[in-house]
Order: sequence, then structure tokens, then C-alpha cells
Amino acid sequence: MTHSISYWQTFSNVLSRDLKVAVRNKGDVLNPLVFFIIVITLFPLAIGSDSQILTRIAPGIIWVAALLSALLSLERLFKNDYADGSLEQMLLSPQPLFIMVLAKVLAHWILTGVPIILIAPLLAVLLHLEEMAYSALIITLLLGTPVLSLIGAIGVALTVGIKKGGVLLSLLVLPLYIPVLIFATGAIEAAALGMPYAGHLAIIAALLVGALTLTPFAIGAALRVSTN
Amino acid sequence: MWKWLHPYAKPQRSYELASTLLPWFAVSSIIMLVIGLVWGLVFAPVDYQQGESYRIIFIHVPAATLAMSTYMAMATAAFVGMVWQLKLADAAAAAIAPVGAVLTAVALITGSAWGKPMWGTWWIWDARLTTELILLFIYIGIIALHNSFEDKVLAGRAAGILTLVGVINIPIIKYSVEWWNTLHQGATISKFDKPSMPSEMLIPLLINMLGFALMIGALTLIRFRNEVIDRNSMRPWVKKLVEQENQ
Repeated sequence: MTHSISYWQTFSNVLSRDLKVAVRNKGDVLNPLVFFIIVITLFPLAIGSDSQILTRIAPGIIWVAALLSALLSLERLFKNDYADGSLEQMLLSPQPLFIMVLAKVLAHWILTGVPIILIAPLLAVLLHLEEMAYSALIITLLLGTPVLSLIGAIGVALTVGIKKGGVLLSLLVLPLYIPVLIFATGAIEAAALGMPYAGHLAIIAALLVGALTLTPFAIGAALRVSTN
Repeated sequence: MWKWLHPYAKPQRSYELASTLLPWFAVSSIIMLVIGLVWGLVFAPVDYQQGESYRIIFIHVPAATLAMSTYMAMATAAFVGMVWQLKLADAAAAAIAPVGAVLTAVALITGSAWGKPMWGTWWIWDARLTTELILLFIYIGIIALHNSFEDKVLAGRAAGILTLVGVINIPIIKYSVEWWNTLHQGATISKFDKPSMPSEMLIPLLINMLGFALMIGALTLIRFRNEVIDRNSMRPWVKKLVEQENQ
């Protein structure tokens, strides 16, 4: 083998492959989204339809539902590839694992994060979210959901070789999601009160940059352990 | 230094080292804890504001302070295991994890027992309590991950990765919880500033702290010995050891 492919090609190959696989298994993409919608519908039923209470808790509900649906969709990130052996081929290939991992996580985010961001405003209407808070909701989801995918990928990479990894995965990943949850809901609440929330956004952005640079190493190391 | 450390990469040597250290740790921790607890619980003066119930400080504070340090110890072991591929370091990390988890649970339980008479409630979402609770979750996650692998070597490595991810995350979680707390609650009773403590209270507290640290060391050594034996159960030196025990 004399010719090798560039980093960019590696990245786009993995990305387009993952997207193609997902498009052909539409359930994998749709189910977490439907789950997100159902969870949000449950809250008014459980708490009562008082619009003032709903306005107060809407940011929290939307974000907790986003966390849970991200968690639910994480398994598909590596599970099928692990089962059919293509994950092992990726680890063996001469291309840097960092890039392939980033491409896979980006694909996961496009398939599960973006639909949530698109449908969140609609659900915010159902929960009577304060009008001023809509932009904050969208921006926090835009910055925050990639962090969820990145951190979650570490958890999946660690548990992919274990038979009943599902519950364990939530145990590992949810505590690590707490900072994102705190700052995202904090930003939305501040926005609803008409206060500046740029500081919150800056911290979520910092978390995103940090996760983007550090987590691929952890994911790669975890994959090497799991496929051993 | 490496020449001095090198022989201890051998399981047998570090098992023997752990066995020689164990009695020292165990005896000194028992002495310290007996002195500290009797002094603290019986002889230390009564607090003029909190009455007798403040005495739980002699258990709560050492447990709470050392819960975090224990995590750092575990993370150091995990780091050594990851960088230098020392399997014994992974065994040490695995030995520390449950000790730290129990310590965190003790801190939480004594904290809420203290909170009932002081704040009038078992639980408030105070920044320190919340951080401690999340720390407990992380400990449990690490232990659960470790237990779910059949292969001990893989388990050690996987748990090591998670431990190191936790090291980066715990400060972030700590500060985000602190900020969240100030955002939601404002300044409530949550901050119990350490009033400059009279030395009759401080000295038993420090003795207890040392006693707790030694106890953690002793428990870790016991668990470490078990881990080493468990991982090397097919080796001749372990078989010899068992034979000696049975005679």
C-alpha cells in the first residue's frame, strides 16, 4: 500500500458511512426523538397543567429529557460496529483513531442532537416557556448536546463489550452530565428573567471545547480496552 | 528511585510489603481513633451554640475531607497503572475504590444526621452535600464498571480510564454545583464558616483525621493483598502461602 488517504478523507468517510447506516435504520434515529417528546408530555400530566408551574420548570424538563434521550441513543454509537467487527478494523487501520472517533461522535450528534434542537422550540411552546428564553434554549442545546455525545461516547466505549451494559452506562455517564445540565438550565432561567446569560454560554462553550479536545483520547483508550 | 521501586512491580514482593506495613497501619489507626474519639466524644467541651450535637464533627469532618483525598489516591494509582502499565497499580486502585465509596457514604449519613438538629432538616441541597453525593455516584460507577468485567486486567484498565475522566470532571462538577447553589438559593445557612476552633476541639479532630487516614491505609492494604492474591491465584508462591495457612 503506497497511497494513503488524508485525515479529512478519513473523517468524511467515517461520517458518511455512519449517516448512511442510520438513514437505512430509521428507527434508531426516530425512537430517541419520540422518547424525548413522550417524556416531556409526561411532566404536565404528572405535575398538573398549571401554566405558571410549567413555565417555571420548563428549562429543567427539556434539558433532563434531552439528557435521557441522548443516553438512550448512545448505545448505537459503537454497539453494531462492535458486533460486526468493523470497530476492530477501525482500530487496526493506520488512520488516527482520534479522527475516526470524532467523526463517529459527530454523526451521532447529527442524528440525535440536531433533531432534538429542531423540535425543542415546539415542545417549549407546550410547556409555556418564557418567550425571552427561546434563543437561550436553542443556543444552550446547540452548545450542550455535542458535549453530551462526547462524554457519553466514553461511557459507551467502556461498556460496549459488556453484555448488559445499558444500565451501567447510565450510572457512568449521568454524573458527568451534571455541569452541562446546571449551566444550560441556569442560562435559560437567567434569560427568562431578562438577565444576561453570556457567562453561562461561555462556560458551556468551554466545556464543549474541552470535551472536543480531551474526550477522543479517553474514547480511543476505552475502545482499545473493550475490543481487547 | 526506579531501582528502588522496581522489585515491587513483582506481585510477591508487594504482597510481602503490604503484609509488613499492615500491622503498623492497623495498630496506629486503632490507637489514634480510640484517643481521638474518646477525647472528642466525651471530654471535649460542649459547643455553646450547637450543644452536644456538634460532636458528630469528629466523625463527619474526617470522613468528608478524606473522601476526596481517597479519590485522588485512587486516581494516582490509576494514572500510574495507565502510564507505566503496572498491573499492581490497577489492583491498588481497585482496592481503594470501595473504601472511598464507604467513606463518602459515611460523610453523607453523618452530615444529614448533623443537619437534622442544626438546620431542622435531613437534607438540603447545599453545595458541599451535593458534591459529596455526586462523588458517591462516581465511586459507585467505577466499582460497578470494575465488577462487570470478567477479566481483572481489563476491568482495571477500564476503571482506570473512568477514574481519570472523573478527576477532570470532579472539580468542574464541584464548581458548577457551587455556582448553581448560589444561583438558586442565595446565602442561606449552608455555609457554616469554621469559627476559629478552640484547641480542645481542634486537637481531637486532627487526631481523628490522622486516625481515619491510617484506617483507610490499613483497609486499602487488606483489600490490596486480596486483589493481588486473587489475580495471582495460579502462581506457585500463592499456593505455598495457602499451604502455610492450612498447616
